[in-house]
Amino acid sequence: MPELELSVNGETRLVDLPVGTSLAALLRESLGLTGTKIACNEGHCGACTVQIDGVPTLSCITLAHRVRGEVTTIEGLRDHPLIDAFVRADAVQCGFCTPGQVVSAAALVAANPDPGVDEIRHRMAGNICRCGTYPRIEEAILHWRG
Amino acid sequence: MARLIRTEKEVEGRFEDVWLVVEEDPLTQWPEGPLAVVGRDARRQDGPQRVRGEARYTADVQLPGMLHTALLRSPYAHARVARIDFTKALGLPGVRGALGPGDAKGLEAEAGFAGAAVAAVAAATFAQARSAIEAVEIEWEELEAVLDPNDAVARGLLTAPSAAYERGDFERALADADVVVEGTYRTSVVLHNAMETHQAVCEWIGDALHVFVSTQYIWGVRAQLAEAFGIPGDKVRVVCEYMGGGFGAKNGADDYTLVAAELARQTGRPVRCALTRREENTAAGNRNGTVQRLTAGARSDGTIVAFGGEFVNAVGWSGWSAMTDGPMQMLYACDNVRTVRHGAKINTPPMKAFRAPGFVEGTFGLECIVDELAAKLELDPLELRRLNYTHSNDGTPYSSKNLMQCYDLAQKHWDRRHQVRARSTDIWKYGVGMASQIWYGGGGPPSYAWTRVGSDGCVTVVTAMQDIGTGTRTTMAQIAAEELGVPLDRVEVVLGDSARGPYATLSAGSSTTPSVGPAVRAAAADAKRQILEIAAQRHDLEQRVLDIRDGSVVSEDGNLSQPLESLLGLLESAQILGQGARGPNPTGMSVLTFGIHVVEAAVDVETGEVRVERVAAVHDVGRIVNPLGARSQVEGGIIQGIGHTLSEQRLLDPASGRVLTTTLDAYRMPTIADVPEIVCEFVDIPDEHLTNLGSKGIGEPPIVPIAAAIANAIRDATGADVHELPITREEMLRALRAARRKETRGAPAAV
Repeated sequence: MPELELSVNGETRLVDLPVGTSLAALLRESLGLTGTKIACNEGHCGACTVQIDGVPTLSCITLAHRVRGEVTTIEGLRDHPLIDAFVRADAVQCGFCTPGQVVSAAALVAANPDPGVDEIRHRMAGNICRCGTYPRIEEAILHWRG
Repeated sequence: MARLIRTEKEVEGRFEDVWLVVEEDPLTQWPEGPLAVVGRDARRQDGPQRVRGEARYTADVQLPGMLHTALLRSPYAHARVARIDFTKALGLPGVRGALGPGDAKGLEAEAGFAGAAVAAVAAATFAQARSAIEAVEIEWEELEAVLDPNDAVARGLLTAPSAAYERGDFERALADADVVVEGTYRTSVVLHNAMETHQAVCEWIGDALHVFVSTQYIWGVRAQLAEAFGIPGDKVRVVCEYMGGGFGAKNGADDYTLVAAELARQTGRPVRCALTRREENTAAGNRNGTVQRLTAGARSDGTIVAFGGEFVNAVGWSGWSAMTDGPMQMLYACDNVRTVRHGAKINTPPMKAFRAPGFVEGTFGLECIVDELAAKLELDPLELRRLNYTHSNDGTPYSSKNLMQCYDLAQKHWDRRHQVRARSTDIWKYGVGMASQIWYGGGGPPSYAWTRVGSDGCVTVVTAMQDIGTGTRTTMAQIAAEELGVPLDRVEVVLGDSARGPYATLSAGSSTTPSVGPAVRAAAADAKRQILEIAAQRHDLEQRVLDIRDGSVVSEDGNLSQPLESLLGLLESAQILGQGARGPNPTGMSVLTFGIHVVEAAVDVETGEVRVERVAAVHDVGRIVNPLGARSQVEGGIIQGIGHTLSEQRLLDPASGRVLTTTLDAYRMPTIADVPEIVCEFVDIPDEHLTNLGSKGIGEPPIVPIAAAIANAIRDATGADVHELPITREEMLRALRAARRKETRGAPAAV
């Protein structure tokens, strides 16, 4: 199997895996980084969102062998102020979509530390939350710095 | 004392007579209003784990040597497996085992809907299992498929005998009515689509079966597996510490769990069976479609004198005929009501409970026709509802009912309608609508809890319930902290493991807080009593002058204030153990939840686009334990309900019976961009007759009235009567055309 080298959360990782494996499967199964969730596995829901060089990317429809650049998963964002902001605002119910929401939100506040409601709604619209925590997510991002 | 009683038990609006062992509930309720911990906002105790991606869901369970399952599903709406041959499939790489019809519960030779599972293959990877499914040789015998629910009812194809209800004399009352309104209302099939799909991982360890499963009821899964494999219940351990949403679709073991357990037995390996998103949209349950033919009659003074309804539930191949007729029977004082409810057994995917099943659909029809009645009577819709208020449930008193207070609290939102309407332009028409909510949600016995208090003064609550995302773990911690007089951060809750805690009820029917909460309080009270007994002996004081406050044992006169860890330090590693049970529901009373939604909506009369701009929700569910979590439930229910009302629709190919909307781009759930302003209020008065807690559930009530409130706002804005969910642009434009026709005939289009 072709060997693959990639950088995840600042660490260089070397893995053997079949061509055609998705980045989400690589993260969850080969690296044990199960914070990245797979909910639809076809790029419709955003639960699998990671950052590649800071850009939110759907890891379930990204081929692992095509990845160039630094991959940041929820495990790499565990000290981000957004974590506490989400808990404070109660922006989590079942929590299955939440890591993906935080990864998207982290990219958003990195690009614009003071996003307005319209920008939040635009940039977060790709992350589905079936429990409907959206108003809380909006509040968490508006007040992410505490 | 334990008491054996024969009683009526309600779950999701379904009643059955059962034998129950109940224990006394001797605690008196806490006073109304916010207390030290209960009634105050509490952050989710497991929030950080969930947000940081550390919480381990069933989807994250990876066991050494674990196999993956793919299911073979029927392409036909009704067919029988005539021949099946696994020879080729079993020879493929990685394949370890296969099951055909009859080899496991849940795999039947007769497929009653397109998507029914008939066979399964386990392999080292999911891709290998899928390839093997392709290689299974199968011959089908196609059978006649019935897809139309009205056709099924006409032919007597029913899931259960039709339910008829009558009080008073409907025919005579209708004949005497000054105003009569009739209408046919339809609701479409909608899907739960929890983010974590239905799935289980099963492993046999010796003669015991270990199961990780995404479920709302670990004890139900345990019982089903014990029965399927003929083993004692305690040989089945069911674990669900975190779960990624259910909404009613995960109340049982279902085929995927039974198949995984059987494949694990056969292969000697741990086996995962996880539905794909497309399977989730096909075979994992749904809120069934309904047809409701309704009649309402009133006197010109606004007294509703007659309600009639024929309800058809398009149940599908399995499931049950939920109480779509319930709101019509229960919401108003109307003396003459006649309803009949049919459950059509058709060759479509199965119905499963979905957040207030039956009442969501029935409230849409009822609350729309009540507003049409108000329009015809030229009465204020809110006044009409006040006028027809009922103080008993068909003669049975309520344990508590504060719907009138809900109406009063909603008045200020309702009064905005004049200024909202004034925002209308030639194209965008604005209006305000309302709808009332009635539903169950009182829970019931049995449920049990244990508490243990260590020498460090920290408390652990152990109860084998589930937190399906509603925040019940935090709610239970608050209740224990309040009773024991300790800060919230001293309390941990261990749940979700049938081998590590006592029985607790299912997380459905808005029942977790009202069912398990009182047991947790009783268990905390039991531990507290023991702690105070110890303190009394230690300090040579009477127990009645002692209490625990903020983590310290204190005496009435203020002379004693000893931290718990100081008092209990003498225990070293031993612990104080408390246990508690959920007491009985009040006899001879109806335990129900109430509420009202007021919606501001806008309609583009050229394109049929509908925008919900603002929703004000007022609910009466007894005592609120965690206002922060309760508000989240209300917002979530409203948002899900907006999806059901405006954009979500599972489409079926009418020729083949196959689901067309199997992906999340086709099945359109709300995103953050679709959310209106939501204002949420609670009456927050404990139900004085219900348990030591006085709380009812809030999971389901907020999804009940939203569709009708939106439809009524649309009527207020445009004069158009929408009669069908979802309110697509097509339905909106149809309703606008019908309203214009009505207007040109001279009738007033709107009040």
